[in-house]
Amino acid sequence: MTITDPQPPTPPTARQRRASRIADAASGGWGLMLFKVVVLGLILALGLYAALVLARTGQWVVAVIVMAVAALAVWIYFGRGKLPAKYLMPGLVFLFVFQVFAAVYTGYVAFTNYGTGHNSDKQSAVNSLMLSAQERVPDSPAYDLTVVERLGELSFLVTAPDGTVSVGGVERPLEEVDGAQMDGDKAVGLEGYNSLGFAQIVADQQRIADMTVPLSDDPNDGALRTPDGSSAYVYTSALVYDEDASTMTDTRSGVVYSDIGTGAFTASDGTELKPGWKINVGFDNFTRAFTEESIRGPFISVLIWTFVFAFLSVFTCFALGLFLAIVFNDPRMKSKKYYRVIMILPYAFPGFLSALVWAGMMNQEFGFINVVLFGGADIPWLTNEWLAKFSIILVNLWLGFPYMFLICTGALQSIPDDVQEAARVDGASAWQIFRSIKLPLLFVAVAPLLISSFAFNFNNFSLIYMLTGGGPRDVTAGVNVGATDILITMVYKVAFVGSSSDYGLASAFSIIIFILVATISVIAFRRTKALEDLN
Amino acid sequence: MSTAPVTAPDTAAIVSSSGVRGEAPETRRPFRKYFRETGWRHLVGIAATVFALFPLLYVLSASLNPGGTLLTANSLFSDVSGESYLQLFQNPRHPYGAWFMNTLVIGLITSVFTVLLGALAAYSFSRMRFTGRRFSLTALLVVQMFPQMLAMVAIFLIMVTISDIFPAIGLNTQIGLIMVYLGGALGANTYLMYGFFNTVPASIDEAAKIDGAGHARIFFTIILRLVAPILAVVGLLSFIGTSSEFVLASVILIDPHKQTLAVGLYKFVADEFSKNWSVFAAGAVLAAILPVALFLALQKYIVGGLTAGSVK
Repeated sequence: MTITDPQPPTPPTARQRRASRIADAASGGWGLMLFKVVVLGLILALGLYAALVLARTGQWVVAVIVMAVAALAVWIYFGRGKLPAKYLMPGLVFLFVFQVFAAVYTGYVAFTNYGTGHNSDKQSAVNSLMLSAQERVPDSPAYDLTVVERLGELSFLVTAPDGTVSVGGVERPLEEVDGAQMDGDKAVGLEGYNSLGFAQIVADQQRIADMTVPLSDDPNDGALRTPDGSSAYVYTSALVYDEDASTMTDTRSGVVYSDIGTGAFTASDGTELKPGWKINVGFDNFTRAFTEESIRGPFISVLIWTFVFAFLSVFTCFALGLFLAIVFNDPRMKSKKYYRVIMILPYAFPGFLSALVWAGMMNQEFGFINVVLFGGADIPWLTNEWLAKFSIILVNLWLGFPYMFLICTGALQSIPDDVQEAARVDGASAWQIFRSIKLPLLFVAVAPLLISSFAFNFNNFSLIYMLTGGGPRDVTAGVNVGATDILITMVYKVAFVGSSSDYGLASAFSIIIFILVATISVIAFRRTKALEDLN
Repeated sequence: MSTAPVTAPDTAAIVSSSGVRGEAPETRRPFRKYFRETGWRHLVGIAATVFALFPLLYVLSASLNPGGTLLTANSLFSDVSGESYLQLFQNPRHPYGAWFMNTLVIGLITSVFTVLLGALAAYSFSRMRFTGRRFSLTALLVVQMFPQMLAMVAIFLIMVTISDIFPAIGLNTQIGLIMVYLGGALGANTYLMYGFFNTVPASIDEAAKIDGAGHARIFFTIILRLVAPILAVVGLLSFIGTSSEFVLASVILIDPHKQTLAVGLYKFVADEFSKNWSVFAAGAVLAAILPVALFLALQKYIVGGLTAGSVK
């Protein structure tokens, strides 16, 4: 595709520019201005709110970006000129966040071990490990406790047995405070906080019972928990974290788990403590896809099937579509209109539904095809590896031939008659005319569509996933794949189906798909352009 | 080759191709000649019709089969009742009504904003000359090569992060899903619209400008009306595309009451495959009516739009 300018760009003269400025000013009445102020005010307020929330959770970079975008919007829409930006900005904001950033982020995730068991940073992994192994220290003294709340966040206001008063929350270790309101020896209130009454404690029972407030920055010191909302006890973890050596020691068994750079504390015998944390693993996910025995085998066969499927889908649909287009292109044939309407129907029927309906018809035991068409035969349409592949091609033919039929009809009708007539005068037969004149001309017109159809089928998720679910499953594979899975369904399954997810590996597959489709598209479009130049 | 397929060829074509008749072997019997030249085409047409229609007839018949399983659905139109359609709306575990409304709402909002965002961008590309214009147009083409579906993992993780901070627009919210869909609003649509905007003469804008209209007024009151056909096509394609989108919807929407038809009906089939087959079929028929009707009503425009680039 080339980008053509409809009109040659002529720079406006000073007069024109002044005229358009005056026109702009004249046309925007106060109503429009008010609308602009209100909308931009809302955007700015939302941006400010978002930035504040982000800043509180420590996401400074994102907070700054959000504020910058909001400020940019105000600057663009209140300023003079910058017209293109005014029209482009709304779409671009979404494009940048959910397409460009998502693409870049896919690349980033592909280089990490992100997934089940590796979904946070090391500090959170340490905290959650220690939390999961927490036990109450036997005979530890009770701390007097008042649960307090500020801005919807709960904190513990505790009076230690030695009388010091401190306040702290989840992920906010205890800090000594002065000037608390005392009731006898117990601190019951603090400036800036609301103390929770009994009813509120009951209402928030679960949340309060789940709270663990660290005693200090060192997780080994333990944390406070409360069973009743009025006194707290020290809990320490059976796991001891040594920050300098970066090891976890299980005090119950004495096993030492150390950080050996795999994103999880690992014992000398190879057992890992889960959860681990997210680390960069470089090209590991890519090398795993191509070298690790249990992944390479399925991956290669999925890759080959993806190509075969995409090619056969385009080929079969195009062949049938073209054949029907030629058959129906006869001017003497009557009621073509009705045939055409009927032939649009499979295309108009939502694709995911067709796949589900066909899955029902192809059911081995109860399906229409086996029971009625084949008189009670027991043909495993969707559960035999090769028949399942055949079924997918057949259903895709049903789904896709109308599209090819429509575009081929269009292309055939746009071939000028005089070319054919000239050939006929020269004595060419109907077949020769078709072979040497119509087909090449047709190809020039539909080649780009065939390429985009190939690219589409390369990622034809719903057909595969709804019809066979990728099955029959390959039980020997190290990843959850089956005989009819294509790359995109494999990505989905690796990331979202089953008990464990491997986002890193799935993203690596995504990147591989992107590289393949992009390469093929670029090469093919170059070729077709050459084809176009020839004619 | 835009809208040609559905319009009958004009008489000129009939006259010019009459030469083919001369090449056919001379036969005296009119029927054999008719069959040779045209009749067999009807046979092919009937075969194609059967192939195209029978799954659709099957699902329609299954939906009318009262209390049917996959097996009983096989006897076509043996028993006709609307029972399955009633059952569809009565099972609290499969809130079909909610799915239907969700699909409608998400599809409509997405397509309206897709059209709006795309039209704004296409207008600026078509009517304004600015530095970086060519670059942005090419960049849009390149960005399109990485379809959103490929980025499903990243989009899921982004939504998880968002819901930690702003639960109202994060995971398991329909606003979040709509925002994700709008990320793809500029992609292919901008090109479709850009081409169409270019066919509207610039002299119209200039005349309006001389009359004192500002750019906003020109865009909203003049241009948008002139390009209405392409807006309809893009809106429709976006609606149909969004309402049958599965991957992102299934990843982002978790709560059954928030899901769309694509996700819900898939779960329905996966859960109780052959037991409630006619209920599923009823759901499928209802879900398909709107897109099919839209397709048939606007086939002329859609075919034109399809041949200009997008595929199913």
